[in-house]
Amino acid sequence: MAKDKLRHQTTKNDDTSIDLKGTFISVMLLGIFILVLWFGIYALFLSR
Amino acid sequence: MHLHKYEKIWLVFGLGSLALFLLIIGFAAFWKGTHPQSHIETIDPQNVEAHESFKPENLGLREVADGKYIVNIVASAFNYDIGSDDAGKPVKTIRVPKGSTVLFQVTTKDVVHGFQVAGTNVNMMVEPGHISRLETVMKNAGEFTVVCNEYCGIGHHQMFATVEVYDE
Amino acid sequence: MNKHLNFTKKESRLYMSFMYVTFASLLIGGLMGLLQTFARSGKFQLPFGINYYTILTVHGVILGLVLTTFFIIGFQFALLGKTVGLSDKQRKWAWISFWTMLIGTVIAAVTILVGQANVLYTFYAPLRAHVAFYIGLALVIVGSWIAVFTNFRQLYVWKKAHPGEKSPLLAFMVTINMAMWFIASLGVAASVLIQFIPWSLGYAETINVLLSRTLFWYFGHPLVYFWLLPAYMAWYAIIPKIIGGKLFSDSLARLSFILLLMFSIPVGFHHQLTEPGIDPTWKFIQVVLTFMVVIPTLMTAFSIFATFETTGRRKGYKSLFGWFRHLPWKDVRFLAPFIGMVAFIPGGAGGIVNASHQVNTLIHNTIWVTGHFHLTVATTVILTYFGVAYWLVPHLTGRRLTPKLNKLGIIQTIIWTLGMTIMSTSMHIQGLLGGPRRSNFSNYAGGAQVDTWINYQIAQAVGGTILFVAIILMTYIFIQLAFFAPRGVQEFPIAEEEIDAEPTPKILENWYLWIGITIALILFAYTIPVIDILKHSPPGSIPFDWPIGR
Repeated sequence: MAKDKLRHQTTKNDDTSIDLKGTFISVMLLGIFILVLWFGIYALFLSR
Repeated sequence: MHLHKYEKIWLVFGLGSLALFLLIIGFAAFWKGTHPQSHIETIDPQNVEAHESFKPENLGLREVADGKYIVNIVASAFNYDIGSDDAGKPVKTIRVPKGSTVLFQVTTKDVVHGFQVAGTNVNMMVEPGHISRLETVMKNAGEFTVVCNEYCGIGHHQMFATVEVYDE
Repeated sequence: MNKHLNFTKKESRLYMSFMYVTFASLLIGGLMGLLQTFARSGKFQLPFGINYYTILTVHGVILGLVLTTFFIIGFQFALLGKTVGLSDKQRKWAWISFWTMLIGTVIAAVTILVGQANVLYTFYAPLRAHVAFYIGLALVIVGSWIAVFTNFRQLYVWKKAHPGEKSPLLAFMVTINMAMWFIASLGVAASVLIQFIPWSLGYAETINVLLSRTLFWYFGHPLVYFWLLPAYMAWYAIIPKIIGGKLFSDSLARLSFILLLMFSIPVGFHHQLTEPGIDPTWKFIQVVLTFMVVIPTLMTAFSIFATFETTGRRKGYKSLFGWFRHLPWKDVRFLAPFIGMVAFIPGGAGGIVNASHQVNTLIHNTIWVTGHFHLTVATTVILTYFGVAYWLVPHLTGRRLTPKLNKLGIIQTIIWTLGMTIMSTSMHIQGLLGGPRRSNFSNYAGGAQVDTWINYQIAQAVGGTILFVAIILMTYIFIQLAFFAPRGVQEFPIAEEEIDAEPTPKILENWYLWIGITIALILFAYTIPVIDILKHSPPGSIPFDWPIGR
């Protein structure tokens, strides 16, 4: 147990150890989808 | 608890977007007055005629100023009472010129109804004991179907009217 | 933590009973859905003079309340049985819960089928159903409460036996969901017991309509999260195991569940945005709180992608999206929930639109809303439930998900996706064009607008037919898994933490704190508006029977 804890302190806070670039691109695309949909609907609301 | 650098950026982006949406609709609602209808005015559902706006002779469309109209409607299962024409026949179509400002005032004598001028932003719940009220500018010309969009019973789908917005 | 318990025969029988009701409901409710889309197309008439709204009520009650509640409670019992155990006494209580809910369901269903409760699943006053309908619903809720307290007891006993240890993640999640369900269902229970039952019996002359609606929606929104959270449980803690990975983060999973508990309840006004009797400022405050509940879902999205990517990279896929291409697409236990996740992108984004205060007038009570929740509950949630059933059912019956059944499952998932894409998309578009929901076929006054709506309704009938084929196939797969698949051992997949995972902060299990904040938020969001509603209430409403054909 103690050894596990020690190891996490040395490795876990180091972001470069996990490559999550694909994840980042995926969620940002999702975010852009939300923005586009919302503004599209808002424009429709304003036009009516 | 540890957040990955990318997750931090993602959450800041997400929260920022949500804040932006809230800012836009909050500004529109509180400064431009585009709240969804909420007038908190009550009425006795068993005696709606006692209210000036819903006396039988006051139902229907009335021009109150140049380009400004009021429409009074009493909903009941399964009909919108929009008054009668000169021949005594029930009115089913409201005609207003494009660009006019129309105040819709609706109440119900019985159960909950909906009132939507489909294709516009006029969309209200109509509940017994309350007056639903929404003022809007009819920006677009066309024929718009008024539908009851809250279930009011087995004849719900037979409850409708028409709003005709014509080019002057 | 990693020691998972084996089910006894008696336990398995209990959990399976919930599954039988789930899949029977799927078939009945699905058939009703098919008939509705046919009737709405204008090309068919319902046979035997059956009323459209009777069918609509059955569809909503049997799928929205019965299927979901039985699956959730059965699944959650199984999760707790696996992670913290179920004693003989607790099992007896679980059976009492099952039978109470089932009796309630039968009473309500019979009342609807004989035409005495054409009030839809929201049963808005002052339409009055036969009192048996309300009693049936009350029994379902009371039965679910028995499950709630049995679940709490299960975790409590485990904690006593394991001092200082953190609760298993899935047990924690189940407890969150049940805490939310209990707090929320108090509202609808109060409305049914104090308002509806005395009024429908004639002991009270009138009913406060706005109060009843407010109590309903205080319950109605957390209800949809009650459906969603078991899907999240599978996404966080089961899918990683199926794809050969580990938990992304135990702490973040718990944190997102805590946020879901806190922000699911004080948000009911976003279903009442177009109602006349509620102060617009309080509506807006609840809109803000509704937006808060998006945050844990944003966290969940990141966590899911990160699980996929970490797992793929560990397997050696180096390119930017190589990890994605190599997900186990041919495993239905993964594919079905995955499609569910995808559907939640437009589903969730549409939800943000719906909750956007005045923008709600664009879509309120249009069939857009129906399209929305057929993405969220009828795709995201249900496909995840199916994804669970593919392994849970054979695990309980001592059988195996054979390659052939797996393949059928994949076909099922594809048919469902196709049918729902057609149906839900056409509902969304028709809704934006103003077409109303919850309405039988009608030409209204005729005209171009109505003609356009009808075209989309025909598309919905096509989608609905494809969906019904998928439902038949699912029923077949369920029967195979329950009775005929070859004997064997089917794994109960539960993901483990990384060996070097960061320890979970103790504060995440401080129930007093989180439930305290939840209650404080509810009191903040509801106290003043409810006092307003009571103070400014109009004369009450007498009951109406004739509009629903009684």
